[in-house]
Amino acid sequence: MLFKFELEGGNFSKVGYASSQIKKVLKQLAIDPRIIKRVVVALYEAEVNVVAHAWRGTVVAKLDADKISLELKDEGPGIPDIPLAMSEGYSTASEAVREMGFGAGMGLPNMKKNVDELTIESQVDVGTTVRMVTWFNKKGA
Amino acid sequence: MKIQRIQELTDASIVCGSEKRENDVQCAFASDLMSDVLTLDCGNVLLVTGLCNLQTIRTAEMAEVSYILFVRGKKVTSDMLELAHENNMVLMETDHSMYHTVGELYSAGLLPIY
Repeated sequence: MLFKFELEGGNFSKVGYASSQIKKVLKQLAIDPRIIKRVVVALYEAEVNVVAHAWRGTVVAKLDADKISLELKDEGPGIPDIPLAMSEGYSTASEAVREMGFGAGMGLPNMKKNVDELTIESQVDVGTTVRMVTWFNKKGA
Repeated sequence: MKIQRIQELTDASIVCGSEKRENDVQCAFASDLMSDVLTLDCGNVLLVTGLCNLQTIRTAEMAEVSYILFVRGKKVTSDMLELAHENNMVLMETDHSMYHTVGELYSAGLLPIY
Protein backbone atom coordinates (compact mmCIF):
# COMPACT_ATOMS: atom_id res chain seq x y z
CA MET A 1 0.00 0.00 0.00
CA LEU A 2 1.19 3.47 -0.86
CA PHE A 3 0.06 6.72 0.74
CA LYS A 4 1.01 10.25 -0.27
CA PHE A 5 0.46 13.53 1.57
CA GLU A 6 1.38 17.13 0.82
CA LEU A 7 3.00 19.49 3.32
CA GLU A 8 3.07 23.28 3.13
CA GLY A 9 5.87 25.27 4.72
CA GLY A 10 4.66 27.38 7.63
CA ASN A 11 1.17 25.83 7.71
CA PHE A 12 1.06 24.23 11.13
CA SER A 13 -2.68 23.56 10.99
CA LYS A 14 -2.07 20.48 8.86
CA VAL A 15 0.98 19.13 10.69
CA GLY A 16 0.28 15.66 11.97
CA TYR A 17 -2.44 14.81 9.47
CA ALA A 18 -0.23 12.30 7.66
CA SER A 19 0.91 10.78 10.96
CA SER A 20 -2.68 10.52 12.12
CA GLN A 21 -3.79 8.77 8.93
CA ILE A 22 -0.86 6.34 9.03
CA LYS A 23 -1.61 5.62 12.67
CA LYS A 24 -5.19 4.67 11.77
CA VAL A 25 -4.03 2.35 8.99
CA LEU A 26 -1.45 0.62 11.21
CA LYS A 27 -4.08 0.17 13.93
CA GLN A 28 -6.45 -1.42 11.43
CA LEU A 29 -3.68 -3.82 10.46
CA ALA A 30 -3.26 -4.75 14.14
CA ILE A 31 0.41 -3.78 14.23
CA ASP A 32 1.98 -3.86 17.72
CA PRO A 33 0.91 -0.57 19.43
CA ARG A 34 4.48 0.07 20.62
CA ILE A 35 5.70 -0.05 17.03
CA ILE A 36 2.83 2.16 15.86
CA LYS A 37 3.83 4.75 18.44
CA ARG A 38 7.48 4.70 17.33
CA VAL A 39 6.47 5.10 13.67
CA VAL A 40 4.03 7.95 14.19
CA VAL A 41 6.26 9.86 16.62
CA ALA A 42 9.10 9.77 14.08
CA LEU A 43 6.79 10.71 11.21
CA TYR A 44 5.21 13.52 13.20
CA GLU A 45 8.62 14.99 14.11
CA ALA A 46 9.58 14.77 10.45
CA GLU A 47 6.36 16.51 9.38
CA VAL A 48 7.05 19.29 11.87
CA ASN A 49 10.57 19.69 10.46
CA VAL A 50 9.31 20.12 6.91
CA VAL A 51 6.63 22.64 7.87
CA ALA A 52 9.01 24.49 10.20
CA HIS A 53 11.95 24.76 7.82
CA ALA A 54 10.99 24.06 4.21
CA TRP A 55 8.77 25.74 1.62
CA ARG A 56 6.82 22.62 0.70
CA GLY A 57 7.17 18.89 0.83
CA THR A 58 5.64 15.47 0.41
CA VAL A 59 5.27 12.42 2.59
CA VAL A 60 5.21 9.02 0.94
CA ALA A 61 4.48 6.01 3.12
CA LYS A 62 5.00 2.53 1.67
CA LEU A 63 3.51 -0.26 3.66
CA ASP A 64 4.81 -3.80 3.20
CA ALA A 65 3.96 -6.94 5.13
CA ASP A 66 7.04 -6.67 7.30
CA LYS A 67 7.91 -2.96 7.37
CA ILE A 68 6.87 0.61 6.74
CA SER A 69 9.07 2.91 4.68
CA LEU A 70 8.59 6.66 4.98
CA GLU A 71 10.05 9.26 2.66
CA LEU A 72 9.76 12.99 3.34
CA LYS A 73 11.03 15.09 0.50
CA ASP A 74 11.06 18.84 0.74
CA GLU A 75 12.03 21.90 -1.24
CA GLY A 76 13.76 24.26 1.13
CA PRO A 77 16.97 25.65 2.53
CA GLY A 78 18.49 22.22 3.13
CA ILE A 79 20.74 21.18 6.01
CA PRO A 80 24.35 22.42 5.65
CA ASP A 81 25.77 20.19 8.39
CA ILE A 82 23.76 16.99 8.97
CA PRO A 83 25.85 15.62 11.90
CA LEU A 84 25.43 18.97 13.69
CA ALA A 85 21.69 18.94 13.00
CA MET A 86 21.51 15.42 14.47
CA SER A 87 22.95 16.55 17.80
CA GLU A 88 20.46 17.04 20.63
CA GLY A 89 19.72 20.67 21.37
CA TYR A 90 20.92 22.10 18.07
CA SER A 91 18.16 24.07 16.37
CA THR A 92 17.72 26.74 13.74
CA ALA A 93 13.97 27.01 14.34
CA SER A 94 12.25 30.37 14.31
CA GLU A 95 10.52 31.93 17.30
CA ALA A 96 7.15 31.07 15.69
CA VAL A 97 8.11 27.38 15.62
CA ARG A 98 9.22 27.51 19.25
CA GLU A 99 5.88 29.02 20.19
CA MET A 100 4.24 25.92 18.72
CA GLY A 101 6.14 23.79 21.26
CA PHE A 102 8.91 22.64 18.93
CA GLY A 103 12.33 23.86 17.87
CA ALA A 104 14.33 22.62 20.84
CA GLY A 105 16.66 20.55 18.71
CA MET A 106 15.02 17.25 19.59
CA GLY A 107 13.34 16.43 16.28
CA LEU A 108 16.05 14.56 14.39
CA PRO A 109 17.38 12.75 17.51
CA ASN A 110 13.79 11.70 18.34
CA MET A 111 13.33 10.40 14.81
CA LYS A 112 16.57 8.43 14.96
CA LYS A 113 15.57 6.92 18.29
CA ASN A 114 12.22 5.73 17.01
CA VAL A 115 13.05 4.14 13.66
CA ASP A 116 15.23 1.22 12.63
CA GLU A 117 16.83 2.97 9.67
CA LEU A 118 17.24 6.69 9.03
CA THR A 119 18.99 8.33 6.10
CA ILE A 120 19.13 12.04 5.33
CA GLU A 121 20.23 13.59 2.06
CA SER A 122 20.32 17.33 1.75
CA GLN A 123 21.44 20.02 -0.64
CA VAL A 124 21.66 23.60 0.54
CA ASP A 125 19.03 25.86 -1.05
CA VAL A 126 17.47 22.88 -2.84
CA GLY A 127 15.95 20.61 -0.23
CA THR A 128 16.14 17.58 2.01
CA THR A 129 15.03 13.98 1.72
CA VAL A 130 14.54 11.92 4.86
CA ARG A 131 13.98 8.19 4.61
CA MET A 132 12.93 6.08 7.57
CA VAL A 133 12.23 2.37 7.83
CA THR A 134 10.62 0.56 10.72
CA TRP A 135 10.37 -3.22 10.78
CA PHE A 136 7.25 -4.66 12.33
CA ASN A 137 9.17 -7.64 13.68
CA LYS A 138 12.20 -5.50 14.59
CA LYS A 139 14.55 -7.67 12.48
CA GLY A 140 16.18 -4.52 11.20
CA ALA A 141 16.75 -3.03 14.66
CA MET B 1 -5.72 9.26 40.64
CA LYS B 2 -9.19 9.78 39.22
CA ILE B 3 -9.87 12.61 36.79
CA GLN B 4 -12.51 13.96 39.13
CA ARG B 5 -9.94 14.22 41.94
CA ILE B 6 -7.54 16.05 39.60
CA GLN B 7 -10.36 18.41 38.68
CA GLU B 8 -11.11 19.13 42.36
CA LEU B 9 -7.47 19.62 43.38
CA THR B 10 -6.74 22.07 40.59
CA ASP B 11 -10.14 23.84 40.40
CA ALA B 12 -10.31 22.74 36.80
CA SER B 13 -13.23 22.45 34.44
CA ILE B 14 -13.54 19.50 32.10
CA VAL B 15 -14.15 20.80 28.59
CA CYS B 16 -13.95 17.47 26.75
CA GLY B 17 -14.58 13.91 27.88
CA SER B 18 -16.47 14.68 31.11
CA GLU B 19 -17.99 11.20 30.98
CA LYS B 20 -14.52 9.85 31.77
CA ARG B 21 -14.22 11.62 35.15
CA GLU B 22 -13.99 8.23 36.88
CA ASN B 23 -10.98 7.17 34.76
CA ASP B 24 -7.64 6.75 36.54
CA VAL B 25 -4.32 8.25 35.52
CA GLN B 26 -1.12 6.60 36.72
CA CYS B 27 1.32 9.49 36.49
CA ALA B 28 1.80 13.02 35.23
CA PHE B 29 4.22 15.01 33.10
CA ALA B 30 4.40 18.80 32.89
CA SER B 31 5.88 20.48 29.84
CA ASP B 32 5.30 23.18 27.25
CA LEU B 33 7.79 21.49 24.93
CA MET B 34 6.08 19.02 22.63
CA SER B 35 9.26 17.22 21.60
CA ASP B 36 9.68 16.25 25.26
CA VAL B 37 6.13 14.95 25.31
CA LEU B 38 6.93 12.80 22.29
CA THR B 39 9.69 11.04 24.26
CA LEU B 40 7.26 9.73 26.90
CA ASP B 41 6.87 6.01 27.27
CA CYS B 42 4.07 5.61 29.79
CA GLY B 43 0.39 4.75 29.56
CA ASN B 44 -2.43 6.59 31.34
CA VAL B 45 -0.42 9.76 31.73
CA LEU B 46 -1.75 13.24 32.46
CA LEU B 47 -0.06 16.03 30.50
CA VAL B 48 -0.01 19.36 32.32
CA THR B 49 0.81 22.15 29.90
CA GLY B 50 0.42 25.83 29.17
CA LEU B 51 0.82 25.27 25.44
CA CYS B 52 -2.69 25.50 24.10
CA ASN B 53 -2.93 24.97 20.36
CA LEU B 54 -3.83 22.29 17.84
CA GLN B 55 -0.32 20.85 17.96
CA THR B 56 -0.76 20.06 21.65
CA ILE B 57 -3.64 17.75 20.73
CA ARG B 58 -1.78 16.28 17.73
CA THR B 59 1.27 15.66 19.89
CA ALA B 60 -0.85 13.96 22.53
CA GLU B 61 -2.43 11.81 19.84
CA MET B 62 0.97 10.60 18.65
CA ALA B 63 2.34 10.14 22.17
CA GLU B 64 -0.76 8.18 23.27
CA VAL B 65 -1.58 10.77 25.92
CA SER B 66 -5.34 10.82 26.60
CA TYR B 67 -5.55 13.33 29.44
CA ILE B 68 -4.48 16.99 29.20
CA LEU B 69 -4.76 19.74 31.81
CA PHE B 70 -4.21 23.25 30.46
CA VAL B 71 -2.88 25.75 33.01
CA ARG B 72 -2.58 29.54 33.27
CA GLY B 73 -6.18 30.10 32.11
CA LYS B 74 -5.53 28.88 28.57
CA LYS B 75 -8.73 28.16 26.65
CA VAL B 76 -9.27 25.24 24.32
CA THR B 77 -10.40 26.22 20.81
CA SER B 78 -13.12 24.56 18.75
CA ASP B 79 -10.68 22.84 16.38
CA MET B 80 -8.77 21.47 19.39
CA LEU B 81 -12.05 20.17 20.84
CA GLU B 82 -12.96 18.46 17.59
CA LEU B 83 -9.63 16.67 17.34
CA ALA B 84 -9.72 15.73 21.02
CA HIS B 85 -13.21 14.24 20.60
CA GLU B 86 -12.00 12.18 17.63
CA ASN B 87 -9.25 10.77 19.82
CA ASN B 88 -11.39 10.18 22.94
CA MET B 89 -9.35 12.57 25.04
CA VAL B 90 -10.13 14.35 28.28
CA LEU B 91 -9.29 18.07 28.26
CA MET B 92 -9.33 20.22 31.38
CA GLU B 93 -8.65 23.91 31.99
CA THR B 94 -7.48 25.64 35.16
CA ASP B 95 -6.62 29.23 35.91
CA HIS B 96 -3.78 28.18 38.23
CA SER B 97 -0.15 28.45 37.20
CA MET B 98 1.88 25.43 36.17
CA TYR B 99 3.80 25.58 39.46
CA HIS B 100 0.66 25.71 41.60
CA THR B 101 -1.05 22.96 39.60
CA VAL B 102 1.77 20.43 39.68
CA GLY B 103 2.38 21.25 43.35
CA GLU B 104 -1.20 20.34 44.24
CA LEU B 105 -1.11 17.14 42.22
CA TYR B 106 2.29 16.02 43.50
CA SER B 107 1.31 16.72 47.12
CA ALA B 108 -1.81 14.64 46.64
CA GLY B 109 0.27 11.68 45.47
CA LEU B 110 0.10 11.80 41.67
CA LEU B 111 3.44 10.33 40.63
CA PRO B 112 5.85 11.83 38.11
CA ILE B 113 6.92 9.66 35.16
CA TYR B 114 10.54 10.02 36.27
